[in-house]
Amino acid sequence: MPVQGNYQGSSFFELLRVDHPHLAPDLSAWGESAVNFGAGEVPHGTTVLTMKFGDGVLVAGDRLATAGHSVASRDVVKVFETDPYSVMAISGAAGPCIEMARILSVELEHYEKLEGESLELEGKANKLSQMIRANLPAAMQGLAVVPLFAGYDTRRKTGRLWKFDITGGRYEEGEFDATGSGGLFARESLKHGWAADLSRDDAVKVAVAALTAAADEDRATGGVDLERGIYPIIKVCDRNGHSDASEQEIAACYRAILDARAAGGNL
Amino acid sequence: MSMPFYVSPEQVMADKAEFARKGIARGKSIVALEHQGGVLLMAENATSLNKIGEIYDRIAFCGVGKFSEFDQLRKVGVRYADTTGYAYSREDVRGRGLANAFSQVIGEVFTREIKPLELEIIVAEVGDDRYEDHKSNSLYRIKYDGFISDHPGFVAIGGNVEEVESVLKNDYRDGMPAGEATQLGRRALSAGAERSSELDAGSLEVCLLDRERTGRKFCRLSADEVQGMLDGS
Repeated sequence: MPVQGNYQGSSFFELLRVDHPHLAPDLSAWGESAVNFGAGEVPHGTTVLTMKFGDGVLVAGDRLATAGHSVASRDVVKVFETDPYSVMAISGAAGPCIEMARILSVELEHYEKLEGESLELEGKANKLSQMIRANLPAAMQGLAVVPLFAGYDTRRKTGRLWKFDITGGRYEEGEFDATGSGGLFARESLKHGWAADLSRDDAVKVAVAALTAAADEDRATGGVDLERGIYPIIKVCDRNGHSDASEQEIAACYRAILDARAAGGNL
Repeated sequence: MSMPFYVSPEQVMADKAEFARKGIARGKSIVALEHQGGVLLMAENATSLNKIGEIYDRIAFCGVGKFSEFDQLRKVGVRYADTTGYAYSREDVRGRGLANAFSQVIGEVFTREIKPLELEIIVAEVGDDRYEDHKSNSLYRIKYDGFISDHPGFVAIGGNVEEVESVLKNDYRDGMPAGEATQLGRRALSAGAERSSELDAGSLEVCLLDRERTGRKFCRLSADEVQGMLDGS
């Protein structure tokens, strides 16, 4: 602080770029080095999903990160609370993804402190899309960041969710979405289980089923790991803000699926 | 040929200090007090221009004097804190470091510029029960010339600060419940406001650094919540 910077606005991302460039992630530099390094050696996050339900939105992600054909981490966190009413889930190159989630959460808090009120949910999604766009050079080299963003819109009194593409394209979805290597299978499962007026508990069940389906079909997705006690992260966001589904609850949902399978069910 | 006037450094400093003091005394007072659950910050302020603001997880800021000047300083503080917390860890943003940085900025302006900053600020930090070396709260007061001081228990700035302080000195005790601290804060501010009746909840701006909250400890109370605290609930 002894020396005041040049940037006078309310964006933390811009503040870093203007006054502290050594701290701002130079996302394009990651792209160049990826060519030499090989994007396959960088840890990648796999399946994340989000859906609306009766009272708000739910966001879930498995815990596995892979580097090529190896497991990079079994208990990585891919679902982040970016502020009291929004959640971001990441898939793609883990390093830039986690950094982006971290900056976004500081960004939202920074804006709120400077302006005295928080951004609208749509404004938050828009900010994220600008950050993804800044990552485009890296994405072209294989370090794509493909997040999902969801939250509770306190003005419209409803849950909302967005998906993004690597160019920063932002698409609001009305029902559910999933991305990452197992995203296709998770979406198929959600298609069967989802309904607009699901209760919170049923939404958690549908989410666990979708992650299990993704883990079944995609070797890079972790699912529920009862042996090691590693559970997916499932966050619910409604008018009261965030809450997490407990490990016991997720384990119970998963056991019900295993029981149904053991009984010959087609799950 | 014109001769430059010689003015002694003492005179320059005294004039600047006099100028700043006048600006600050015109405003209304703010108090910060420790209580059982954290730190209470209270200002006489019926406008929507806030004098109390959040800097970081455990740190709050209050300013008296010229609004544009102290609000600008608050923003500088937020930028500093967010950048430090991003570069290192959230726990590395500490009240003392921030207060020192504020003191340097204000002191620099006082010595270098013709016009000093017409403000006085409080930097309050609530302690962290998880760490042995960070359990206690801190209250720092920084004056218009950058003079910084550390106040256990309570601190008041702006307006008729002597009257406000004398009420606090008489009635403050350690470990008060939040409701009692709110009543004491109002009594102190009312004494400074030189009015026969006590200030009502609507003309007070009250914020808390609440030890029990997770993450960001700062919260701003609505007029109803302030009334609830004053009624002792």
